[in-house]
Amino acid sequence: MLLALLALALIAVVLAMPLAVRRIEEWRGDRPQRRRGDVHSLDELYDPGRERRAEQRARELLRSCVNEEEWGMYRDLGFIRVAGRHARREIDRGARAAYAYLVYPHKPIVAYVPHSGQLLSEYCVEFPDLTGSGGRHRLPASDDVLAKWMALTSDEDRVIRRANMHLIGRQLDPARVRRDLWRLAEWERRRGDRQRVPQSQR
Amino acid sequence: MKFLRMKPGHGEVLLAEGDPSVQEDEERLVEEFRRQLDEGMWAAVPVTNAGSGRREAQMVKDYADIPPESERVIFFPRASGG
Repeated sequence: MLLALLALALIAVVLAMPLAVRRIEEWRGDRPQRRRGDVHSLDELYDPGRERRAEQRARELLRSCVNEEEWGMYRDLGFIRVAGRHARREIDRGARAAYAYLVYPHKPIVAYVPHSGQLLSEYCVEFPDLTGSGGRHRLPASDDVLAKWMALTSDEDRVIRRANMHLIGRQLDPARVRRDLWRLAEWERRRGDRQRVPQSQR
Repeated sequence: MKFLRMKPGHGEVLLAEGDPSVQEDEERLVEEFRRQLDEGMWAAVPVTNAGSGRREAQMVKDYADIPPESERVIFFPRASGG
């Protein structure tokens, strides 16, 4: 009986041998790649200037795409105002947009009425790069702003359809947004003054 | 013409560059354009509005839609609800 069991065990070991050898070879073949992968991910983890350089490049790209006024707004205030394209009434089709958006980096887009300052809604939207390496999916802050700006100025309906709409206050503090609108008004007033001064000096 | 792509951790990355009037370059650009759209990117071209003179973007869904005078096309991940 014991002899039969030993014989069966021997047969099982012989049959399993090719499979075990193949597994060992695969494991040895993968090892250098795994090491390289580890080093690569460590490189990404231990480069403190990487995000800063990425943001610097993103700022330059944003600056090269948007209007001078919008760039100044972003540089000084940290957000960009984009005019809405739609108008329900004929009276709203004038030079002044009936509504506009405040575009913040990595925060919801805020729709508001420029004439009254009334806050309308928050549009939560993001641009995740799912092909990103090292688990990075988030664009640099200025790239996020540029992506929103391009989406709003080229195809407002599409980006608004894709966004999750919420009432004001879900992610952004309404008091902070109102303060930003006040800062924007002050910024425009000062900018207007600066532009008028050289003209009056001529 | 330059094809740029926004990338996390990098800023923009140059994907391809070429003269669309040269057939070889154009074929390379068309191939890259399709590859980016297949990867789920949106493509936009910064332009100046002829009427208002303001800068804005024009979304392009096909290589043929790229305005001929464009210097760059920017690819960025498509929007999703946050």
